[in-house]
Amino acid sequence: MSLVRVDALHKSFGNNEVLKGIDLSIEAGEVVSIIGRSGSGKSTLLRCLNQLESHDSGVIEINGRTLDATTMTPARLSEEVGMVFQNFNLFPHKTVGENVMLAPMVVRGERERDAARRARKELERVGLAEKFDAWPEQLSGGQQQRVAIARALALSPRVLLCDEITSALDPELVGDVLRVLEQLASEGMTLILVTHEMGFARDVGNRVVFMHQGRIHEQGDAKTLLSEPQTPELQQFISAVL
Amino acid sequence: MTDFTLWDIVRNLLLAMRWTVALSLIAFAGGGLVGLALTVLRLSPAAWVRRLVALYIELFQGTPLLMQLFLAYFGVAALGVDISAWTAATIALVLFTSAFLCDIWHGCVRAIPVGQWQAARVLGLDRLRTLRHVVLPQALRIAIAPTVGFSVQVIKGTALASVIGFAELTRTGTMLNNATFQPFTIFAFVALGYFLLCYPLSLYARYLEKRLNVAGSR
Amino acid sequence: MTLDFSTLLPYTDELVMGLLVTVMITVAATLLGIAAACALVWFKLNGATPLRVMIQTYIELLRNTPFIVQLFFIFFGLPALGVTLAAWQAALIAMTLNLAAYSTEILRAGVEAIPRGQFEAARVLGLSRRQTWRHVVLVPAMRNIYPALTNQCIIVMLGSAVISQISVNDLTWVANFIASRNFRNFEAYLVVTLIYLALAVGMRQLFRLAGWYWLGGRQGRAL
Repeated sequence: MSLVRVDALHKSFGNNEVLKGIDLSIEAGEVVSIIGRSGSGKSTLLRCLNQLESHDSGVIEINGRTLDATTMTPARLSEEVGMVFQNFNLFPHKTVGENVMLAPMVVRGERERDAARRARKELERVGLAEKFDAWPEQLSGGQQQRVAIARALALSPRVLLCDEITSALDPELVGDVLRVLEQLASEGMTLILVTHEMGFARDVGNRVVFMHQGRIHEQGDAKTLLSEPQTPELQQFISAVL
Repeated sequence: MTDFTLWDIVRNLLLAMRWTVALSLIAFAGGGLVGLALTVLRLSPAAWVRRLVALYIELFQGTPLLMQLFLAYFGVAALGVDISAWTAATIALVLFTSAFLCDIWHGCVRAIPVGQWQAARVLGLDRLRTLRHVVLPQALRIAIAPTVGFSVQVIKGTALASVIGFAELTRTGTMLNNATFQPFTIFAFVALGYFLLCYPLSLYARYLEKRLNVAGSR
Repeated sequence: MTLDFSTLLPYTDELVMGLLVTVMITVAATLLGIAAACALVWFKLNGATPLRVMIQTYIELLRNTPFIVQLFFIFFGLPALGVTLAAWQAALIAMTLNLAAYSTEILRAGVEAIPRGQFEAARVLGLSRRQTWRHVVLVPAMRNIYPALTNQCIIVMLGSAVISQISVNDLTWVANFIASRNFRNFEAYLVVTLIYLALAVGMRQLFRLAGWYWLGGRQGRAL
């Protein structure tokens, strides 16, 4: 059984149909990169997967459970899906450690001691154990983004969604974040990324999904697809970004 | 008429100032409580609730405070309930204050980036927990300076209670003037009284605002 | 309690007159107050130090005392110095001074929000201080503060209810007058309150249209 299954997904904003029937299934442990021009619907697809956007029609199943706003509370959903944003969205009024501890304590009801121990472990995983008591504003963008990853991991989600998580970073900071993702992938984490990092998609990803005008235009094994694109649209896209 | 020395005037005004302070404190505390409830209501998912709160604010911000005082005074009296100027002034000022504070606080909540709401949501926090742990603590920080600033408006607003006969600072000034015919001195002292109450608060609000701008978002 | 608004009908003429007085004095105070504020803010940012201190003192005094006390001081207090004013003159002066104080602060914030680069650009283009002010600063500053400034004008209009207390025959005075004649206090005050509300809403729409027209263009739409 697939971990994530999307079937005939449709989504419109007003008259603008952004997703025109998406079918996609993703196995546990896969690293899937969603690529495409801006406006192709890739971010919307990602945001539908954790119900930041509600879909108009179609089915999304995660770990065998159907997503729909009435039955899936944010708390329940957070057990399955974690998310990291382009702009980090750390809570500026909380320290790094508190950022990571908040949801386990408030949503899961963990004790502070346990949450702190877990937070230290996750921060160590992203290489920021020493920043536990720092404030977000004292960190570089790359460090903030790694804290955001640790914050998501602290809830042990089955899938981690990454929405252009390196796009807001200075070029020299991108590598640190990608290394963390690579390590997560090697540990068997299921990752779904919207990304412009073609090198990462090819070297670390298992699969690439190319979206074009609200549809999945082409998908397949990462290395094959990026070196031998079949459709002219993907060829054009690849030559434009490389 | 010559019975009043300057000290008599000042002493009477100082005594009356207690009532200005008391009315201000009650209006601010009561208005703060009602305003907080309204702020939470205004964040309700139900559109009609939000619209109702917006209408409430519009009504109080779009009409003269003096009229609100008259309506509280004569409106309750028309219901057949005997109402003192003190009660009427309290009711009107609490409602007036709540509308403005709700507007200020709602603006502060809206100033929190939508990414904060989304981040809390994907971490599994529901609406109330998001408000409690993520949004309100941040909104509170930016709300303090304008809230202190608005307290000055409340103090000045209490002067209008004099019109319906509540003997606070302004009313006492008018009565003293009727007895002594020293309008220049008396109203200068009345103004000074308000200035002594309001100016420190204005300064404090400005200081808070400056400190917030320097400290950044934390 | 039964409400009976028909008792107000005989007083339609008075209500219209009261409305006119409120509108006229508001318009006059708005024009004078903003003009004064433009001058004050120029001197406050460019004038000699004693002048700046004086202007700041004036602003703080006006902003930290109630309008009704300012009004009483001007109407009752100044004659003691030999300056005798008609009620409407005292009211107009008080409203103008009040609006000018607030508007000066609003304008100053607007000017200070103009990026440094704008002043530097004007300077390297050889514009004088006055020219910079006139051609580079004024319109963007106005755009920045237009909502706050127009809002302040509405506040002054609503605050003008107080001038009834020195017997200017404005809307509130008419409400008091009607109430004293027919003893239907609540109805009189309710109707007049709604007239004020309509005035406030009308002023806001008018300002929005005017902003569109004068400040126009891309930024005008953002208002």
